[in-house]
Amino acid sequence: MSQLFTALISLRRNMMRSILTTLGIIIGISAVIIMFALGEGAQREVEEKIKSLGTNLLMVRAEAINTAGARGASGNVNRLNISDADAIKRDLSEVVAVGAYNRGQAQVVYGNQNWNTGIQGANVDLLTASNWQVTDGRAYSESEVRSGAKVVLIGETVAKELFDDPAFAVGETVRVNKIPLKIIGLLGAKGEDMRGFDQDDILIMPLTTANRRVIGKSGRDINRVSRMVVAVDEENNMTYVSEEMERLLNQRHRVAAGQTAFSVRNLSAMLSTRAEANKVFSSLLAGVAGVSLLVGGIGVMNIMLVSVTERTREIGLRMAVGAKPRAILAQFLIESVVLCLVGAMLGLLISLLAVGLMQFGMGWSMALSPVIMLISVVGTALIGVGFGFYPAYKASNLDPIEALRFE
Amino acid sequence: MNELSSSASTPTIQCEQLSHSFPMAGERFQVLKGIDLTVMPGEMVAIIGPSGSGKSTLMNLIGCLMTPEQGELKILGKSTSGLTKAQLADVRRDHIGFVFQQFNLLARTSALDNVKMPLMYHDEPIKDADERARACLESVGLGDRLHNHPSQLSGGQQQRVAIARALINRPDILLADEPTGALDTHTSGEIMALFRKLNNAGHTVVLVTHEMEVAEQADRIVMVRDGCLLQDSSQHLEGAK
Repeated sequence: MSQLFTALISLRRNMMRSILTTLGIIIGISAVIIMFALGEGAQREVEEKIKSLGTNLLMVRAEAINTAGARGASGNVNRLNISDADAIKRDLSEVVAVGAYNRGQAQVVYGNQNWNTGIQGANVDLLTASNWQVTDGRAYSESEVRSGAKVVLIGETVAKELFDDPAFAVGETVRVNKIPLKIIGLLGAKGEDMRGFDQDDILIMPLTTANRRVIGKSGRDINRVSRMVVAVDEENNMTYVSEEMERLLNQRHRVAAGQTAFSVRNLSAMLSTRAEANKVFSSLLAGVAGVSLLVGGIGVMNIMLVSVTERTREIGLRMAVGAKPRAILAQFLIESVVLCLVGAMLGLLISLLAVGLMQFGMGWSMALSPVIMLISVVGTALIGVGFGFYPAYKASNLDPIEALRFE
Repeated sequence: MNELSSSASTPTIQCEQLSHSFPMAGERFQVLKGIDLTVMPGEMVAIIGPSGSGKSTLMNLIGCLMTPEQGELKILGKSTSGLTKAQLADVRRDHIGFVFQQFNLLARTSALDNVKMPLMYHDEPIKDADERARACLESVGLGDRLHNHPSQLSGGQQQRVAIARALINRPDILLADEPTGALDTHTSGEIMALFRKLNNAGHTVVLVTHEMEVAEQADRIVMVRDGCLLQDSSQHLEGAK
C-alpha cells in the first residue's frame, strides 16, 4: 500500500513527463477499443441485415448470354416469368416461398408533396420471401395480382416523406407516375441494406399493376420479372435447391448445354462473406492499434529507465536503510504499472467518449465490448509489468555504494 | 531491535583481519590490509585518515554495504560472512543508522516523511510510524519543522533530519560518513554536539572523517593509513602496530 502511495507521489512529481508517457498508452488503448467497437458494430449491422433479409435466401437473375459471340445485356434473352416462380415452388418441396419481382423508379405524388422512389412490382410471395411485414393495413391478394388492381404498399421512408404522420397513409391515394394507386398497407422498417441503400424507400405493388401501368411499356409481357428471391426451408438444402432450380430454369427456357443463362446466388452466404471480410479488416486495424499500444509500452520503459538513472542516489539511500533488492524491484514495477493503468483508464474514458460521439453524433454503428475493454486494461497492466521489468531489475541490481556516490 | 542494553561484554562491532582489494589499472589494489577493530556498546569512535587510506571502504564494510574479501565482521557478535544481499539489507535495517555528507534527503518530501521512509522496508507495517518519526525529529530539535521540505531547511537542519532518519529504526550503530563535510564551522559544531548528546544517551557512534577537529570530539580516534590501523587512541590497541 505504502509502495503504491510512493509510486503515485513520484509520478505526480514529474506530472508533465508522466502525462506525455501515458499518452502513448492512452492513444493505444483508445485505438484498440474504438477499432473493436467499429468492427463489432459493422458485424452486428450485417447480422441484422441478414435477419431483415430473412435467412436461407437464393437470388435468381437472368444472366447475360452470348449470342453468336456477342455478349448481350443482362436478362436480354432469357426472361424470367412469373410462371417460373410457380414452377419452382411446385417442383421443389424444399422451397418455402418464391418472390418474383420487377424493379423501377417512379415519381410519387400526394397532394403537394412528391418524392422519387424505387418501386417493385411483385407477386404475393415476395413479402414472405423478402421478410416484409405489413404493420398497418393489409397486403395485396392473389386476385389483386391477377387483375392488376390499383393498390400499393408503402415503405416507411416514402410514407414519412409524403405524409406528416405515416399512420394516416393507409387508405389514401397517391399518384405513381401519374397512375392513382390506393395505399392498402404500410411496410415495417428494414433499414439500410448491405450497400447502404435505404430499403424502406420503396413502393411495392402487384406485379401486373407495375408491368401494365407504372413501369411497363406497351406490348411487354406483363408476367415478366427481372429477379426472384427464393426462400429455402433449411440451410442444408441451399446447394441442392440452387442446382435444381438452375436445371429447372434451363429446361423451361431451353438453354443449350454449357450455357449459363441464369445465376443463382446465395444472399446469406454473400452477407456472411462480407461480414467475414469486415471482421478480418477490423482485426487488422485493431492489430495496428495494438502495435501502437506496444509502442506506448516502450515509451513507458524509456521513461522508467530515465527515472532509475535520475534516482540512483535515492535507490542507494533506500538500500542503505534496509530496502531489499526485491523491494526496489517492486517499487519501480508498481510505478510503471500505475503509469500504464492511469493511461488505460484515461484511454478507456476517451474511447467511450469517441464511441459515443461516433454512434450518436455521426450515426455509425458501434458496439462496445466489455470483454475487449477488460482485456485491453489487463493487457496494459501486463505491458507495465513487461516493459517495467528491465528498468526495475536494473534499479534493484544497483550496488548501494556506487548508487550513493552517483552524481 | 534496540539492543543497546545487550550484554556489555559483546562488542557492537568486531572486525577481524578485514582485507579488501579493488581492481585498478589491471592490478588489484589492496585497499585494506588486515584490519582488527572492536567497538564496544556506547562508544563514540572517529575513524580518521587521508583520502585513499581505506577509511571509506572500512566504513562501507562496517555498514554492511559490502562484504570483505577476507576476514570477518561481526555485528553484535553475529558474523556477516556469507550473507545474501537481502540478508545484508536486514542487518542494515535492524542495526545500522546511516548519516551521509550530502544528507541524501528525498526532495519535495516533508521532514516527517523523510524520517518515516526507512519504516516502509519492514516486513510488518509499522503502525505508530508517525509518532516514531515525530519523536525522532523532536530528539534532534526539529519538532517544529515536521512538514518542511528539505529546500525550506538550512544545511544544519537537513543534516538533523538525516540523523533523525538514521535513528528511526532504533539502530545499534550510528554510522556517519563525513557528517559535517558540507557544513560551515558553526553548524558543524552543532551537529557534533548532537552526536555527543546521542552518544551520552547510549547510542554507539562511529564517525568517518578526514578532519582532526571533528575527530577530536570523539572519545576514541582510530587512524587509518594505507589500509592499516596506524593508531588507536583508546585502551584497546588491538589494531595498532
